[in-house]
Amino acid sequence: MLTYTIISGLLFGLFCSLMGIGLNLIFGVMRFVNLAHGDFLMLGAFGAYFAYTFWGLSPALALVVEIIVMIAIGALIYYAFVPRLLRSRDPEMLSLIFFFGISQIIQAIAVIAFSNNPRSIVWSALGSANYQVLGQGFQESWVVSALISAIVIALVYVYLYHTKIGYATRAVMGSQEEAASSGINVHRVSAIAMGIGLALASAAGTLSPFLLGSITPNMGSDITTTSFSIIIIGSLGNPLGTVLGGLIYGLSSMFMQSYVPSWANLVPYLLLFLILLFKPSGLLGKVVRHA
Amino acid sequence: MRKHLLYGAIVFVVVILLFTLLPSVYSNEDLFFQAMVYLALAQGVNILYGFTGYLPFGYVGFFGTGAYATALSITLLHIPPIPAILIGGLASVVLGILLSPLLRLSGAYFAIGSLAASQMVYYIVSNPALQNLTNGPYGINLESVYQPRASYITMIVIVALVMGVVIYIRNSRFGLALQAIREDPVSAGMAGIHVVRQRAMAWFLSAMIAGVVGGAFAWHISVFYPTTVFDLNISIFAIVFTLFGGVTTVLGPVLGMFVLYGFYNVIGISEPQYFQLIYGVLILVLVLFLPSGMVSLMKRRGHYVP
Repeated sequence: MLTYTIISGLLFGLFCSLMGIGLNLIFGVMRFVNLAHGDFLMLGAFGAYFAYTFWGLSPALALVVEIIVMIAIGALIYYAFVPRLLRSRDPEMLSLIFFFGISQIIQAIAVIAFSNNPRSIVWSALGSANYQVLGQGFQESWVVSALISAIVIALVYVYLYHTKIGYATRAVMGSQEEAASSGINVHRVSAIAMGIGLALASAAGTLSPFLLGSITPNMGSDITTTSFSIIIIGSLGNPLGTVLGGLIYGLSSMFMQSYVPSWANLVPYLLLFLILLFKPSGLLGKVVRHA
Repeated sequence: MRKHLLYGAIVFVVVILLFTLLPSVYSNEDLFFQAMVYLALAQGVNILYGFTGYLPFGYVGFFGTGAYATALSITLLHIPPIPAILIGGLASVVLGILLSPLLRLSGAYFAIGSLAASQMVYYIVSNPALQNLTNGPYGINLESVYQPRASYITMIVIVALVMGVVIYIRNSRFGLALQAIREDPVSAGMAGIHVVRQRAMAWFLSAMIAGVVGGAFAWHISVFYPTTVFDLNISIFAIVFTLFGGVTTVLGPVLGMFVLYGFYNVIGISEPQYFQLIYGVLILVLVLFLPSGMVSLMKRRGHYVP
């Protein structure tokens, strides 16, 4: 029971890291809280669902296609709206409302297009074998999802630390003004970060039917809050801290589900609240508290 | 100055007259009751966000706490409804005191922290383990004290008080102090404003409003579930109404509520998803073209907005 809980917590935690990392990237670069994060994830989930049920495509393939499409959509949204948003008096707060509006639009269109019924993909779509890890049996879909999550996160690491645009992205995270004054095109970097952020959300979405159960057009809001707790536990604005946050979140929710199921829902919020109060910058972060 | 108060008083009188007279013109009291609930909540958000800059995404936590505290004092302690509503307001203030460390956070951190706090209260209240006390997820039944007429009048009184408080804040040193803190807490402190105390006052005031409104709502609706009174949409509606009208004014939340909530009732109930779509588009338009709300149309022409 204990080993099972720990291993499934780690597998689930890897997926949770993927779920939060896109949100954190966007927050880190633009200081915007993407309240539509969960809704982009939902779009990714429906993409995988339709690819699998209509054309029999593997969710792993859908994931690759979605990443490319979403990068384009994200950059488009950035150039269409954000420069205007930045000219207002309080862009950080206004962005909350802005993304809330986007989330409403996505949800409404999704309900109109897909109807409100929950859908699910047969869990064997990612392989039906049963893996033995330390004497415990795990569905292949969980193991494969965790593996895919780990690969995508590794790619984010490569992007941030081993490419030129990644260096620029980290510079913008540090300070927009300094980055701009050293000749970095902040708008271009932010647009790419926005695209990648949404792409990561939809990538997590393609795996969500296997880890979170059936998908509905309205699943987004809850996922946004969960992703928040994950990135705040890790640390806001540090995408790789999300991995730590995701693992802690995955482990603690598995433990609560195994031992005290009726209070399990409280976990993300309790963690979020405690960390905000005692270490608002997250476990790996720097000081952000103000007077 | 006196002229400014007069404008505020006009808005006050118009709102109260509307809600007193409308039910005899169009007999859908529940609709107007809901409108008053949202108006009072929007003004509560206005006090907190408009004057201090803290955006309370979890504002519904106070509303739900008030509703539950009122309902439980009626069912368990057999207190009459009106004192029970006051207990609801008090319970929200107590929750506000417990959550006051949140005020140390700023910007988006506060918004998300308050959201988490409200969800925690929700999960505690609705937990099956507490069924003996709160009846868990199965809700509350107050039919024994159901008096729609009396609760409607109580709500009018609450709206009047809330509007009065906002008019006072808008025209007083307290309101100016809060705005100074919002713009720059350090300079405000230098100018002799007690930053922590003033900010906490606004926070408790806003919590109490939500609690009292929640109590009156519980009494009027009489049968409800945790999901009804802790529905996040309540926070979001209140925030969007306030922003749509324009913050830091008396008129803004009133305008925002009448326009958006009226709109919601025209198409939102029969076609919720189309309403949601239009609503989202409206929010985008607002953010992009009118970031200071509808009242900025008047302000731009140089008119004073109460």
